[in-house]
Amino acid sequence: MYTAGYSRLVSIERRDMSEEQIEKVLSREYEAGFVTDIESETFEPGLDEDVIRRISAMKNEPEWMLEWRLKAYAIWLEMEEPDWAHVQYPKIDFQKISYYSAPKSMADKPQSLDEVDPELLETYKKLGIPLEEQMMLAGVAVDVVFDSVSVVTTFKDKLKEAGVIFCSISEALQEYPELVKKYIGSVVPQRDNYFAALNSAVFTDGSFVYIPKGVRCPMELSTYFRINEENTGQFERTIIIADEGSHVSYLEGCTAPQRDENQLHAAVVELVIMDDAEIKYSTVQNWYPGDENGKGGIYNFVTKRAVCYTNAKVSWTQVETGSAITWKYPSCILRGDNSVGEFYSVALTRGMQQADTGTKMIHLGKNTRSTIISKGISAGRSNNSYRGLVRMGPRADGARNFTQCDSLLIGDQCGAHTFPYVESRNPTAIVEHEATTSKVSDDQMFLCQQRGLDPEKAVAMIVNGFCKEVFKELPMEFAVEAGKLLEISLEGSVG
Amino acid sequence: MLSIKNLHASVEDKLILKGLDLEIKPGEVHAIMGPNGAGKSTMGYVLSGKDGYTVESGTVELNGVNLLDLEPEERAKEGLFLAFQYPVEIPGVSNLEFLKASVDAQRKARGEDDLSAKEFLKQAREACKKVDLPAEFLKRGVNEGFSGGEKKRNEIMQMLLLKPKLCILDESDSGLDIDALKVVADGVNSQRSPDRSFIVITHYQRLLDYIKPDFVHVLADGKIIKSGDASLALELDAQGYGWLTEQREGDEA
Ligand SMILES: Nc1ncnc2c1ncn2[C@@H]1O[C@H](COP(=O)(O)OP(=O)(O)OP(=O)(O)O)[C@@H](O)[C@H]1O
Ligand SMILES: [Mg+2]
Repeated sequence: MYTAGYSRLVSIERRDMSEEQIEKVLSREYEAGFVTDIESETFEPGLDEDVIRRISAMKNEPEWMLEWRLKAYAIWLEMEEPDWAHVQYPKIDFQKISYYSAPKSMADKPQSLDEVDPELLETYKKLGIPLEEQMMLAGVAVDVVFDSVSVVTTFKDKLKEAGVIFCSISEALQEYPELVKKYIGSVVPQRDNYFAALNSAVFTDGSFVYIPKGVRCPMELSTYFRINEENTGQFERTIIIADEGSHVSYLEGCTAPQRDENQLHAAVVELVIMDDAEIKYSTVQNWYPGDENGKGGIYNFVTKRAVCYTNAKVSWTQVETGSAITWKYPSCILRGDNSVGEFYSVALTRGMQQADTGTKMIHLGKNTRSTIISKGISAGRSNNSYRGLVRMGPRADGARNFTQCDSLLIGDQCGAHTFPYVESRNPTAIVEHEATTSKVSDDQMFLCQQRGLDPEKAVAMIVNGFCKEVFKELPMEFAVEAGKLLEISLEGSVG
Repeated sequence: MLSIKNLHASVEDKLILKGLDLEIKPGEVHAIMGPNGAGKSTMGYVLSGKDGYTVESGTVELNGVNLLDLEPEERAKEGLFLAFQYPVEIPGVSNLEFLKASVDAQRKARGEDDLSAKEFLKQAREACKKVDLPAEFLKRGVNEGFSGGEKKRNEIMQMLLLKPKLCILDESDSGLDIDALKVVADGVNSQRSPDRSFIVITHYQRLLDYIKPDFVHVLADGKIIKSGDASLALELDAQGYGWLTEQREGDEA
C-alpha cells in the first residue's frame, strides 16, 4: 500500500520523521537540563535584542551567528516597510508577534481526527491523502506505531553515500558551522529588504543542503524528509549550495492545506549554484487564505534568490494557491557566462486573496538566458499581480530573455495586473515580452457541459489547461497533486 | 425519442424560434435545412440548454423527460449530443483528458464504473481511425490549432465515443473536402441504429447523398414551414428557398 508513488513514500517518510523526533525528545532528557527548559518555552510577544539573544541561545548557536542576527536587527530597525506592492493589509504590529513557539505537547494536540475541523478533513479526502497522513497533517497526537523504518534508512544511507548534506539549518549550525557562515547572507544580504532583514534577525528554522562537486543528488529532496519539521517556521531560512557540476531537485511545501497560528510568514531562500551545476526548486504553497472576508489568512512575504556561476542553471517552479497575501519574487542572478534562469509560476487567487508575485532576472554574464512563464488566475474578488524585472547588465553580451505572462479571469469582480520592468544596458541583449489576458469563455464552459461535465469540473479543467506549461515543469507526482489542488481551490468560484 | 411542441425562444430579447414543432422517433434521421439566420443553430442551443437562450413557451421532451428543466450537463447525460457549427478551442486541455472526463461523467450518471485508461484509450483510437484523424490528435489541446475540417471530424469522433441517443449535427459538413465529407458521413452511418436518432442540419443536398434522411424539414423564420422526404432536399437544391417563403407569404396574405 505504501510502495506506489512518491506521495505514499512521503507518508511513510513523515511518520518515520516523527519517530526521529520522538527519539530526539527522549534523548534530550539526558542533555543539560537547562537547554530543555528553554526549548519547552514559547516566547511572549515582542521583539528586541534580548529576544534575539534568547533565540540564539536556545539554538546553542556560535557567537558569530548571534552577531549576524543582531546586525540584521539593527538594519531592520532603520528600514521602512515597503508599500509598492499591489496589496493592501492593515499595518503589522511586530511587537504583537511571538518569535518562538515550542512544539505543541502531545496533550495540547487534538487527540483524534474527530477533534479536527471537518472542512479540513474534507479537503484531505478530496486530495486522496491516506488516513495516517491526515493525522500527521492535522497535528493529531499519534502513538509511536511505525511499520517501516527501512525507507527512511535507505534514504539517509543513499544521501550519505553520495556525500549530500540535508538537514535543518539549526542542525547545520552545529554540524557544519563553517559552511553556513560562508554562505548565509551571501545571496540575500541582511539589508536586502525589510522582510529579509527581519528574517535574518529572527529565523528559527529552514533547510540546509549541500551537494558536493559532480554529484547528482540520487533523489528529489523534499521538506517532508527533513527532520525537525513539526514546527514549520514562521521565519524559515533555507540555503542550498550546488557545488561545481552537481545537480539537485528540491521540493518545498505540500498540497494539503496547512493551518498555522502565525499570521506573518517571512522566509528567505538562498541558492548558490556553482559552475556547471543545476538546481530545480519547486514550491507548492497552500497556506490558509482566510475566510471569505479575508480574515485570518496568512501574510506571506518571501525573498528567494539564486546566484548562478558559469554555465549554471536554476529553475524556480511555483504553484501558489494559499495565503491571504503573497509577496514573492524568486530571482535569478545570472552572474556567470552562459548561465540560465527559469521561472515558471501559477498563482491562483480567489475570495479576498491578494497576490503580488513574479521574478527578477538579472543578466550579468555573457550569453545568459532566462525564461519567465507566469500564469495568473483570479476568481472572486481577488487581485492577482505579476511583477517582473529583467535587467541586462553592460557585460551581458548576447543575453536573451523571453517572458510570457498570461492572466485568466473567472467572473468579473476580480483583477489581474501586470507590471513588467525592463532595464537594458547592453545593445546586443534581446528581451521579448508577451502578455495575454483572457476569460474562461461561455462557449468553452458550454462545450464542457454539453459533453456532460458539471461547471466546477469544467472550470477546473480549463484552468488546468491554462497552467499546463508550468505544471509540466513540476515533478510528476507534484504535478498531479497540483492539478487536484487547483480543482479544489476553485470550488464555489463558478455559478 | 424527441418531441418539440410550439417552441418559442429568444436571444437577447429577440424572438428567434417562433412556434417550432418536431417529432422524432427512435432510429430516424431528420435533416433540417433553411436560409442563413433562420434559427437552426439556435434550435440546437435551445435543446442543449445554452446560457442566454430563453425559452418563452412550448415544451421539449426527450424520451419522456422534460429537457427544459435540466442543466446542460444533465441533458448531455440524458443522451443529447450537439456537434457544434463552430467548435471552440480549450488550450492546454488534451482531447484525451477532456473526453475521458466526459465519458466518465456520463457513465457515472448511468451508474457505470469508469472505463479503465487502457480500454478508454483503445476506444478513443478506434474513434479517431473511423473519422480519419491521426491518433496524435488525442494528445493535442481540444480543437487547439485544428483546421476547420479537423474540428468537424473531432466533433464526430466525440460523438462516436459518447454514444448519445440523440445527435444534433450542426453543419458538420461545411468546410469539408469531398473525402472528409464521406468520412463524416460514414461515421454517422456507422452509428445509425434503431435506438439512436439524428438531427442533421445542413445547407447541402450533397451530405444527404451519403446520410440518407428519413425526413427533410425546412426551417425559416423560426419555424418549420415545410416537411417532406429525401426528395425535398433535391428540390431545394435545385430551386433554393425563395419559392417556399414566397408561397408562405402568399398563404398568409
Ligand atoms: N447572441 C445573439 N444575439 C443577437 N442575435 C442572435 C444571437 N444569436 C443568434 N442571433 C440571431 O438569431 C438568428 C438565428 O441565428 P442562427 O445562428 O440560429 O441561424 P442559423 O439558421 O443557424 O443560420 P446559418 O445557416 O447561417 O448557420 C440570427 O438572426 C442571429 O443573428
Ligand atoms: Mg447555424
